[in-house]
Amino acid sequence: MIKYHANKALIAISLFLLHATVAQAQQAPTAEIEKYRAMIADGNPSDLYEMAGEELWKKKMGPKNASLEKCDLGMGPGIIKGVYAVLPKYFKDTDRVEDLESRVVSCMESLQGFSAKDIINGSFGKGKRKDVEAVVAYVVANSKGMTINVSVSHPKEKEMYELGKKSFFYQAGPMDFSCASCHADPGKRIRLQDLPNLTEQKGAALGWGAWPAYRVSSGTFWTMQYRLNDCYRQQRFPEPIYISDDTIAVSMYMAVNANGGKMAAPGLKR
Amino acid sequence: MKKNYLIVFLILPLFVGCSITDQKFDKMMKNSFQSKGIASVDRLNQDDAQKYCSDPATLAGKGDPNRAEVIQKANMATIKQPASGKYMGDWKSGERVAQSGRGATWTDKPEAANGGGCYNCHQINKSEVSYGNLGPSLWNYGKLRGYGQEVVTYTWNRINNSKAYNACSNMPRYGHFNLLTEKQMQDVMALLLDPNSPVNQ
Repeated sequence: MIKYHANKALIAISLFLLHATVAQAQQAPTAEIEKYRAMIADGNPSDLYEMAGEELWKKKMGPKNASLEKCDLGMGPGIIKGVYAVLPKYFKDTDRVEDLESRVVSCMESLQGFSAKDIINGSFGKGKRKDVEAVVAYVVANSKGMTINVSVSHPKEKEMYELGKKSFFYQAGPMDFSCASCHADPGKRIRLQDLPNLTEQKGAALGWGAWPAYRVSSGTFWTMQYRLNDCYRQQRFPEPIYISDDTIAVSMYMAVNANGGKMAAPGLKR
Repeated sequence: MKKNYLIVFLILPLFVGCSITDQKFDKMMKNSFQSKGIASVDRLNQDDAQKYCSDPATLAGKGDPNRAEVIQKANMATIKQPASGKYMGDWKSGERVAQSGRGATWTDKPEAANGGGCYNCHQINKSEVSYGNLGPSLWNYGKLRGYGQEVVTYTWNRINNSKAYNACSNMPRYGHFNLLTEKQMQDVMALLLDPNSPVNQ
């Protein structure tokens, strides 16, 4: 419906410059990547997703011909400012801890009459899930720079955190990987990619606070659900079901660990 | 009243050795994943080593050392030495195996060759600057350790099943889970232990 154009020329030039600078300065390649990120940060193409998301938020749609403007994302109906910094949280109406994506899907179902099942069974970047992603970009952008402050005061929130922690350390599959295999020690890298230590505040704030993000390599906007899906793929696990409890539990673990840090999303990644 | 006691007696044993959180966790995992491509849900079933190493206390060095020893012995017993007695292949092919990080994900085809992904975690040939640091540097591997049979067998075993030496080693068990073929492992061996390999210059 709405096309998201990336500034491909800028990215191509930047990639060329990256190659050139890396070749010159092999001593500190990660520092060069940081420079490259800073260079393109002014033109983060997730702006385009945010604009599309704002339109979708306000537009009457679906079998019930309603907008999402009455959706309660956690701070009351229609309140967007700062809400991403307090998610995931427990919602009484669904009796569930929800992350932003599951909450947007809940609202699309309850307010607009869309089928949550269809969105769950769909694919990233396609169909109604693509609309969810745009709404996510819009909501997240309205928490940029705010302090992450996720609650564990409700028993179900506390429980979700504990389940998420257990999942974070759960080793399985043909490579024996868990999230902790790569994200439980400081100063580690896969190839040249820095790995945040998500078990402590600083690393968790860096990791949780940077997503969702626009990914230059794939030319698409990745929500946290998309990011987790690809983590599990590389972990050689079976596929996590979209907005399933495990994905929300692991998000809860990271978000609570990140408390006190700054929400920097929507970010920009390689 | 009597009936209530009976119910408690019937339910109680279910919780022994398995907390309510554990039960909820198992249910969550079961309901949160689906098979896709070659990555089916049975991958979530853990063996002894995976169970032991999923406990944060174990990773913090507070695991039961006896259990670690049992796991290491069991893993050691699964290692097959090369049928031909040949440990060393071609280092050039070994470099390609070390470079490729492909394989075993739900987007990989079952018939496609896996990579070893060695550079993901190790420095190997110094001319490759894009290497990870989850594992130790393997630069000058043979030059530093020598080329004797003891080193050769240890290296073969370590590639096949790293958990034979360290129950919670982060390195995938390439032979144990058939991630690499015998030939691929011989080639990686040569990359590390052929005196002519660039790694040993």
